[in-house]
Amino acid sequence: MTEKSQPADDPVLSVRDLTTEVATPEGRRVVVDRLSFDLAAGETLCIAGESGSGKSMTALSIMRLLPEPMARIASGSIHLAGRDLAALSGREMRRVRGADIAMIFQEPMTSLNPVLSIGHQLTEAIRVHRPMPRGEARALAVKALSAVRIGQPERRLQQYPHELSGGMRQRVMIAMAIAGRPRVLIADEPTTALDVTVQAQILELIRTLQKDFGTAVILITHDMGVVAEMADRVIVMNGGAMVEAGPARQIFHAPAEDYTRMLLAAVPRLGASQTVSDLAPPPASSVPDDTVVKVSDLTVRFDIVGGILRRPVQRVHAVEGISFDVRRGETVALVGESGCGKSTTGKALLNLVPWDGAIVIDGAATAGLGRSAMKPIRRSIQMIFQDPYASLDPRMTVGELVAEPLTIHGLASGSELTDRVAWLFNRVGLSPDQMQRHPHEFSGGQRQRVCIARALSLSPKIIVADESVSALDVSVQARVLALLQELQDELGLSYLFISHDMAVVEQVSHRVAVMYLGQIVEMGSRAQVFGDPRHAYTRRLLEAVLVPDPDRRHGAFPIADSEVPSPIHPVGQAPARLAMTDIGNGHFVAG
Amino acid sequence: MAAYLLRRLIQAALILLGVTFITFVLLYILPADPARQIAGRSATVETVENIRQQLGLDQPLYIQYGRYLEGLLHLDLGRSYLQKTEVATLIAARLPATLLLMVGAIVCELAIGLSMGLFAAMRRGGRIDQSLMVVSFVAVSAPQFVVGILLLYVFAVYLGWFPIGGYGTFSHLVLPSITLGILGAGWYSRMMRSSMIDVLRQDYIRTARAKGLGPTTVMAVHAMPNAILPIVAMIGIDIGYFMSGIVVVESVFGWPGIGQLAWQAIQRVDIPIIMGVTLVSACAIVIGNLVADLIAPLIDPRIKLR
Repeated sequence: MTEKSQPADDPVLSVRDLTTEVATPEGRRVVVDRLSFDLAAGETLCIAGESGSGKSMTALSIMRLLPEPMARIASGSIHLAGRDLAALSGREMRRVRGADIAMIFQEPMTSLNPVLSIGHQLTEAIRVHRPMPRGEARALAVKALSAVRIGQPERRLQQYPHELSGGMRQRVMIAMAIAGRPRVLIADEPTTALDVTVQAQILELIRTLQKDFGTAVILITHDMGVVAEMADRVIVMNGGAMVEAGPARQIFHAPAEDYTRMLLAAVPRLGASQTVSDLAPPPASSVPDDTVVKVSDLTVRFDIVGGILRRPVQRVHAVEGISFDVRRGETVALVGESGCGKSTTGKALLNLVPWDGAIVIDGAATAGLGRSAMKPIRRSIQMIFQDPYASLDPRMTVGELVAEPLTIHGLASGSELTDRVAWLFNRVGLSPDQMQRHPHEFSGGQRQRVCIARALSLSPKIIVADESVSALDVSVQARVLALLQELQDELGLSYLFISHDMAVVEQVSHRVAVMYLGQIVEMGSRAQVFGDPRHAYTRRLLEAVLVPDPDRRHGAFPIADSEVPSPIHPVGQAPARLAMTDIGNGHFVAG
Repeated sequence: MAAYLLRRLIQAALILLGVTFITFVLLYILPADPARQIAGRSATVETVENIRQQLGLDQPLYIQYGRYLEGLLHLDLGRSYLQKTEVATLIAARLPATLLLMVGAIVCELAIGLSMGLFAAMRRGGRIDQSLMVVSFVAVSAPQFVVGILLLYVFAVYLGWFPIGGYGTFSHLVLPSITLGILGAGWYSRMMRSSMIDVLRQDYIRTARAKGLGPTTVMAVHAMPNAILPIVAMIGIDIGYFMSGIVVVESVFGWPGIGQLAWQAIQRVDIPIIMGVTLVSACAIVIGNLVADLIAPLIDPRIKLR
């Protein structure tokens, strides 16, 4: 490695006036606009920006992995160790990729080839640049897996990607990237698809490997928490161009540009809402019929069949006996990591999955109700999903989409329907003129507004918001959250807010339930759970949250080798139910 | 795995039982009279009635079907009415020719279809892509007897490269295989093209390129196994199409397989042969599907047989 390292003042990578264009039906569009920067050896440069800022296109341009011929580098140079990558032939560039400059991608679930073993994919990455016998490459692959703290590396080599969790797969990706000892590692949103505790581990890993190997890292992210945690220097991008560049402290503490200030202001911060309480308290009355949703002992299990007779042999214990209630005008958050059962709980509330236990929605028990019996109850409870792109039928106009629930329930027709839809559009901050347009003509945030309008159309008592702002840029996310808040204040709506994001949860919820492996481990008011977390898992979740402030870095975070325990058990072996203890004022902790 | 196989075999037995029942009933309600066919036009009413009693055709349906099933249990497919030979012997004599033709057709459709689809996907939107898709469209829509006669005329009669008909050498096999496989080749080229285009968009292809792998390795090692998966399942279904195509193709090329046997038997209402050929075809389809399902997990480790 030492022969590759360079004097600190001499940049490893030097990008000058990089301009990348994409061909669209309307003509060429510049997606990276005359971008220039230097990357010093051993440095971490974060490129931050919202979707469409050109940050990923910059990475793909440097790697020369643009989706040609639709996208191409129009002008500029990318100098790596004295060579201009932009001018290399395809064959020459292949020798650079993976050897001098490597990349890890956002989606660990789809970035590994599903039909090839981990061993094949790792040794291939090694042997393509350094021809050597298979056995030798395997030994190096084992070393690479150990370097990314994967236990039992020999066994892992035999496994296929689907047998590993997201965090493990991302470690394999990192192992693959560093196996060639590159001078530059480009990480494009490497932790965005991962749970917070896993995110902290992956970032720690990148940091350690960087120290050990002296690799220069370009980290591309939309998450200002990640930027603060990792960056030596920061480039803020917007609309393809650089807005501002500078050392991390300067960007966070003394941003020069309005855009940077706006971006930082929109980031939800843990602890911010405890001092500035912009959250109106829920109506104080505790009249019994104030309860909008009451869930008792909710259990959802999915069978895994096997054997000759295809009888259930195993069960996924997705939700295991949870109880909570939501009162009028109240936001209750279900928070937890992927696979903890929070989304399944939301679906059970709408009878979208089979469940056991008792659910009472606005006074009506929904256990065992069929489609027609459930229909009137669905007027009281509506859902907003995570992906505003996938949850709107692309062939319908947004006006039709918002009107559909009203038509299905026979609540309005003709001009009355049009008026009602127009009112809803106004209410969620869209113009009724846009009713005739189709979903693809809207941005992500606008689409989520359409989804909110659709959910509101039936004047429900409660809306289940399943990761409803997770896919949105922070600035858009802040505005959508504000809209949800307004609607609650105005209409007395209740929300069941399902999220993995602790900072957002703290910002919006009155009460919080932390879920782990299908059970609630801690439940209480926002102040109780965030201010006085009692359960070890709650603490772990809170510790893993990154703070958008380079002076409050985590530093070392323990890298666990273990996978999350599985909620799958053989039939007849239910996991132990946790007993909840009230430690005062409705603060429940699993014992 | 053993449980899976056992369940599939039980399923297969039930399917075959159903096939025999449906075929038997259809042949029973058919207005054609096999006894009359055997006796000939000039035979007296008594002779015909005699033959009918001899063959047990005067019995009610359930007794006839019961007898047939009883025979099947002893692996006895019955005797041909006209050829006075065991149906099993007749089919066994002709099955190798048909299997050879089917293997030839599968090789043809895979070789032609997959390579066409692959090239079209790699040159997506270009001239090669467009012309290949026109070719595949023609292949899919051309009736087999037309393709067979056209190939015979051009390559056997006009150019003289291949024999006009018959059976025995490799060159006899070429034209019938292409005729039988061309329809599948047309379908496969389209499936392979769309499957490949889809795979080439996947993140893992980008990962492979980011490692510095060359285009050949990316295509052959990373893209092909993923793209071919949906097609493997199709090959099992294909055998069913082949069975219907074989009757036509064997007639056009004078290929001595079970297709010809079936064609002759249908003309003469030789019920035991029709039943036997139908049963063998159904077996081929069932086995073809089972093999396709067993191959899939070898390509894709995510597929678990249970």
